Order: sequence, then structure tokens, then C-alpha cells
Amino acid sequence: MPAERFVRALREAGWATLVVAGLSFPIIAYRAEPDFNNLLALQPRWPLFWQFCAAAFLLRFLLAFWSGDETKAKAPREKNWPKLPWLGPLALVFLTIYPLAVVALLGPQAALKWVDTYGVQILIYVLLGWGLNITVGLAGLLDLGYAAFYAVGAYAYALLAPATGLGFWALLPVCGLLAAFWGFCIGFPILRLRGDYLAIVTLAFAEIVRIVLINWDVVTHGEAGLFGFPGLNFFGLPFIPGPRGFAAHFGLPFQGIQKQIFLYYLVLVLALLANLVSLRLRRLPLGRAWEALREDEIACRALGLDTRNIKLTAFALGAFFAGIAGCLFALRQGFVSPSAFTFSESALILAIVVLGGGGSQLGVAVAAVFLVGASELLRELTFLKSVFGENFDPAQYRMLLVGLAMVAMMNFRPRGLVSTRAPTIKLGATS
Amino acid sequence: MTALLSITGVTAFYGAVQALRGVDLEVGKGEIVALIGSNGAGKSTLMMSIFGAPRVRDGKILFDGQDITHMPTHEIARLSIAQSPEGRRIFSRMTVYENLQMGAAVAGYAGFEANLEKVFAIFPRLKERLKQRGGTLSGGEQQMLAIARALMSNPKLLLLDEPSLGLAPLVCKQIFETVKRLNEQEGLSVFLVEQDAHHALKLAHRAYVLVNGAVTMSGRGADLLRDPKVRAAYLEGGAH
Repeated sequence: MPAERFVRALREAGWATLVVAGLSFPIIAYRAEPDFNNLLALQPRWPLFWQFCAAAFLLRFLLAFWSGDETKAKAPREKNWPKLPWLGPLALVFLTIYPLAVVALLGPQAALKWVDTYGVQILIYVLLGWGLNITVGLAGLLDLGYAAFYAVGAYAYALLAPATGLGFWALLPVCGLLAAFWGFCIGFPILRLRGDYLAIVTLAFAEIVRIVLINWDVVTHGEAGLFGFPGLNFFGLPFIPGPRGFAAHFGLPFQGIQKQIFLYYLVLVLALLANLVSLRLRRLPLGRAWEALREDEIACRALGLDTRNIKLTAFALGAFFAGIAGCLFALRQGFVSPSAFTFSESALILAIVVLGGGGSQLGVAVAAVFLVGASELLRELTFLKSVFGENFDPAQYRMLLVGLAMVAMMNFRPRGLVSTRAPTIKLGATS
Repeated sequence: MTALLSITGVTAFYGAVQALRGVDLEVGKGEIVALIGSNGAGKSTLMMSIFGAPRVRDGKILFDGQDITHMPTHEIARLSIAQSPEGRRIFSRMTVYENLQMGAAVAGYAGFEANLEKVFAIFPRLKERLKQRGGTLSGGEQQMLAIARALMSNPKLLLLDEPSLGLAPLVCKQIFETVKRLNEQEGLSVFLVEQDAHHALKLAHRAYVLVNGAVTMSGRGADLLRDPKVRAAYLEGGAH
């Protein structure tokens, strides 16, 4: 038997290597680089090509050799997670003490990165994921242009803050409402479309928004973007050194990280609010109508539901949270430019929702932490430079992570991290 | 007997293809009316066009004296007409209870509990399956759920599209008996579209035969059942 298995593994590895060779020949074996005359010259990279082929052969061989007999039926691999009711509260406690703990452990200077990049940034993506989850996960409307609403929120803040002199407390809902308004506007004509057609139009809409942002120089300053707009303040107290700042008012020494910590809690509260709204809405007729719509649109209409309004509310509410997230993004960066709202941004958010298992709040949050956090962690792996040479930039491999996550998901949890949909109503002993 | 639903001269098109060629039909209060016909005769099209999808091109549809020809679909559904669509179309990832709630979406939740009890009295099986996801039910149970869901809105008229589709004969019989009971006990009017002409004609007070988008015959169910032409075309293996 082992001999037979060995031969089969060898054969599979051979095929896999052929596929890899075919795929990597045009992109790895030759690299086009501009030479001195600014003409493209082909630079052969055969050793790298052979390395890829060898790696593919070895991996496939080992996988095929150890994975056992494929011809026998297997029990389904997918199991439900055990029910962990304490997980939510535990995560909440962790998230609440996280920034303070990091500051206490690392000191205010070193903690900045951990609060800002890993805290605020990931939470913004969690908020985005939960927002898109309403549109995609609950209502089942595939939106490939979610970054457009994110951009509307960010630009709304960046443009309105200096123009109106209003603080972010006033502008935060305005950003959300503007994004929701655009969600509504784009929603009206296209919600007659179904599935993939809807996806294409949302994709096009996102590109239109981005191109308008690039070309409407007078207002948006094109690719250069907008900066210098008023930043975050603590209920009117700006985060600046000096007597009028937040630190002086409370008798604290001034530290740059105070602003980040405040932003962290702000994003946390807003994300939890988005979560609460989604969870509440799922129990209300509107939320249930979204889910019914995802299941069967014709049945919904036969039951007297106004599918147009249901779709519009799902679209607009999803966009609303994107607008809020956009405003927070502008506050965090202090700089907005069209390059932050490309298709890859929409794709990342969609990947978060899909990986999380559409419709599940916890799954989406975990997926956001994994996809965003892991790609940030790649930047930390500087020690790999000693292995692969000075030119090695681990951050360039972040898309590989997304791919790996997707492949792993298809293999082990084909319906997303948390694929079970909890009924919205718990029935008592009466039934 | 006054007409609850009256359809006069209705035509409908799919693009350039004419699916209905001037159909006249009536469903009286407390009546079971069956519409039989072969595949592609336009039975389901007629049923769907009562709900406005596809929209009829000519003709008039009155429900309870009100012209509903040009009403939006969701508003028609609010007029105490309920539909159990072809292929059942239950929400498979939602529980039986949630499916029933969706059925009550139009009527509001005021009489929900009472309606629920009523539906359980008709389909005790659903009560056992309350927490189960719709998709995990058997075909017959799904059909019961589809009818129960339609009943949750307190309809005066129930439109039933192919309730026997894909069901075992015994289950099918059960469903038809339930429909009969609903009609006798609750006075529910039923408009039934069915390929299983034999059972449909036995159940119905009156029936229409639809051929190529036009009504060719109509009469009492029992009479049609004995009619040699109907027997030849729909009851004896389609031998012409």
C-alpha cells in the first residue's frame, strides 16, 4: 500500500508542479525592469522559478502522501464551534483595558503603535465589517463598492470640518447620514438588479466616486488629498501641549498617545453601537425581512413585503456605518486621499465579511482582527531580512495571507468562521 | 354567490411572447376554484399576475370589488389575499417559527399568537418542528409551512400554486384534505392551480381548463371530471 500511495503522491505532485510552472513562468521567470534608456528589459530569474517549482512539488507531495486515501468517503469535517457564552464579555473586558494595559507595559512612546495601528485601525475595520455585514450578510446584497461610502464619510469630515467650523461630535452623524444618503441614491436605480449585476454596478459606483475625488481638484485637491483639517478633541479640549489642552485641564502631563487612546475608546464605543443596532434589528421585523430577502425575494413579495424599501434600508444603513468609519479614518490619519479608497479596500472589507461567515457578528470581528492584524504583524517580521536578504519586505506578502486565509476557509470551514445562523428568537419550554 | 376575485379579459406577455390570451375567471366567496392545464399553459403566470408580476397588459382584476390590476405587489398582498407560491419558497435558513412570523408581517403582530394557535391546530406537525430550520423539513412539511405561512395573514382568499409538486401521493392527499377542511370550517376561498387534475377536480367546486393561455372549458369540478375531453387530455395519461 505505501508504494501505491507513494506513486500516487508523486503523480499528484508532478501535476501540481506543472501547474505552478505554467503559472509562474510569465510572472517569475522573467521580470520586466526599466533600464538606463527607460526601456523595459527582461531580467531572467530562473533560480527563483526553480525554487517555486521545487516548493510546490515538495508541498503537494507531502500533502498527498499524508492525507491518506482520497477514494474513501470521509465524515464531514465541518463542526460547529462549541458555544462559548463568556467569549463576548471576555473580549469586551480585554478591549476595554487593552490600551491602558499596553501603556502600562510598554510606556507611552512604544505603546503608540499598539494602540493606533493594532487598536484603532483594526476596530475601524471591525466597524466596517459589521456595517457591510448588514448589506451583504443579512440582506444578501453583494456590494463590491463599499469603500465608496467609506470615502464619502472621510471626505465629508475633511471638507466640512474646516468649512463649517463644527467639531467632530456634530460632524460624525453628518458623515454617516451623507454616506447613507449616497447609499440611498445609488440604491434607488440599481436595486432592481440581482446578484452579480448588482455587484458590478456597485463596483462601478465605487470607481466613479474615486475618480471624481481624483479629478475634482478644486474641492478635493486630487491625488494630493486633504490635510490640515481640525483633529480630535475631548469634548472641546484639544489634544495639544499647553494650558488650553486636554492634559493641562486634567492636570496630566502631556503625551501624544492620549489622543490615540481617546480615539480608541471612541471607535470601540461606535463599533459596539453598530453591533448593538445590528443585533437589535435582527430581532425586529425589519431585520427579519432582510434575512427573508436574502433567502427568497419572490416569497418576500408574495408575503406582502415591500422589497424595494427593505433593500434600500439595508443599503443605506450599511453605508451609514461606512460613513461613520470614514469620519474616524479621517480623524485617525489627519489626511485623506483617493488612494485610500481603492477597490482593494472594498475587497478587503468584503473578505472580512465572507471569511467571518456572512451574518455572524463575532465571526466578522475575528476575521477583521486576523486579516488586518496579521498583515500589520508582517511588517514586524524584520528578522526575516537576515534570512532572505536586505531587500526582503515582508509587508509585500500581505495579499498572500488573504489568499491563505481563503484557501484555509474553503478547506476547513466552507461557510465562514461562524457559519451557523442563530435564530432570532429563543423559544421557551412551551414548545 | 358574489365574486371575491374576478378576472376579465386578462392578457400577459413575457417580452414578445403572449402567455395569457384574454382569460376570464371568477372565484366566489367560500368557493374552491381549480385551474388545471398542462405544462406551459399559463397557469402559474395567471396566478402570479394576480399579484402583479408579471403585470397584465389588458383586462381587469378585481378583488372584493376593488380594482387591483395596477397595484404594487406588496400592496395587493395586504388585501387579505395570501399566496403559497410555486415551489413553496419557504425561507430555508430561518426556523419554522420565523417563517410563520414573516407570514404575519403584513397583518401585523396583533393577532399573532391567536393565528399561531389556529395554524397549529391545522398543522400539528409544524408545532413539533417549530425550532427547526425550514430547509431541514421534508417536502410535505415544507408545503404545510408554505400554506401555514400564507394563512398567518388572515386571508379571505388563498392562492395555492401546485401544492402537490414533488410530494408523495399520500402527503398530497393530506394537503388536499386540509385545504378542504379550511374551506368548510373557516369559509376560506381557495384558488388552486394544479397539474394533478384528478385530485384538483375532486376537491374543487368549480374548475377552469387553461390551454395555451386561454380558458377552453369551465364548469363544476365533478362535471369536468366526467367530461370525456378532459379525461382524455388530463386524466388518462394525456392520450389524445
